[in-house]
Amino acid sequence: MLNRLPPLRESPSQTAGPYVHIGLTPSLEGISGPNVPDLGSGPIAAGTGQPINIIGRIFDGSAAPVGDAVVELWQADADGRHNAGWGRTACGADGSFRFETVKPGRVAGPDGKPMAPHLTLWIVARGINVGLHTRLYFDDEATANASDFVLNRIIDPRRRTTLVAKRTEVAGRATYTLDIRLQGEGETVFFDI
Amino acid sequence: MTIVPPYGEEGSLYPRDRAWHPPANTPGYKSTTLRAPRHALLSLGQTRSELTGPTFGHGILNPLDNDLIRNFSQDGGEAIGQRMIVYGQVLDENARPVRGTLVEFWQANAGGRYRHKREGYLAALDPNFGGCGRAITDDNGYYHFRTIKPGAYPWPNGGNDWRPAHIHFSVFGHAFAQRLITQMYFEGDPMIWQDPIALSIPDRAAVEQLIARLDRHNTTPMDALAYRFDIVLRGRRSTLFENRPEGN
Ligand SMILES: [Fe+3]
Repeated sequence: MLNRLPPLRESPSQTAGPYVHIGLTPSLEGISGPNVPDLGSGPIAAGTGQPINIIGRIFDGSAAPVGDAVVELWQADADGRHNAGWGRTACGADGSFRFETVKPGRVAGPDGKPMAPHLTLWIVARGINVGLHTRLYFDDEATANASDFVLNRIIDPRRRTTLVAKRTEVAGRATYTLDIRLQGEGETVFFDI
Repeated sequence: MTIVPPYGEEGSLYPRDRAWHPPANTPGYKSTTLRAPRHALLSLGQTRSELTGPTFGHGILNPLDNDLIRNFSQDGGEAIGQRMIVYGQVLDENARPVRGTLVEFWQANAGGRYRHKREGYLAALDPNFGGCGRAITDDNGYYHFRTIKPGAYPWPNGGNDWRPAHIHFSVFGHAFAQRLITQMYFEGDPMIWQDPIALSIPDRAAVEQLIARLDRHNTTPMDALAYRFDIVLRGRRSTLFENRPEGN
């Protein structure tokens, strides 16, 4: 197959900068003009399914929390359909993020086989020149994870664990925890998608 | 390994040309030093998780979302500064308009001061300027908004670094893999070429793609200048020998 050369080039990315909240989570800055509540805040509208919480923290290469990041989440619903499962949150000063959602179902991978349940995360902040894409998998899906197309593309199995969130039960609700390390020891796997 | 071309009508996206974008670690912009991954990004065959993305209807918009001169007005006052219209077309790499996509923008006020709790620049806040807005592109991919020209501002990086006047943009597109945040600069501003963030982009022609052009035809006489800023998102592949009516 031959591909046409596209006539235009993608606009180059620039950092979201330290004041990204003005644009993406303005209520946090007391700017109540356009967005109340902030777009993508609150529980994620991914339909019915097992309610879960996603929590984690983001750290830089010196293990300091990244307190000024904004994280977006995109996921399938419980039936594996991508519909409205989008959310956005600003990290706290301790680098923490939190989403309330439902556990996604399985989606076909490039090889036609179902991928393991996962969420897609996108991270922007000061000092990040191009938004970082990663995925969150679930540690109670070990069988599905073992045959997942994307996890298996990660050659070093130790690095696969950087994408697998740990389940705990908090007040009767399944809570999955995944810390994200931008650089250095335990560096999260980021994707060129 | 062969990747099956995915999913019927939805062709995969052209790979992102990483040489056209800034690399993760650009030492002139010091904040990247501890935030740039050291490992290479892992190439991922695009799946439905990346080829789909959220869409937003006009129901999310308030009437003043695309008027930064008035959308933070206190008691009817207007923002201080040089009034201007910023507009442009969101296209994909195949030069097709990206319709119905959400564009968000944020900026400093005319003095170069942001309305943000971590902002410490001594320039004054403008009580009538919030600094953010949004629009959804029309059937031809166009967005527009009214604002004031943001001021340049100093920032702690190299001791005496100043950002050129700029507006931040966030665009969704129709696939999560098209998600883009970038910045718009102003034609003729010499400070662009001294800015560690603009110069994080290695190719001068790529920086120039982020410079809005003064457009005298779309000014509002006796009111507002106009700048045109087109944004290009990744496009979907099409093959020479396929013959599809639409969408490629
Ligand atoms: Fe800025």
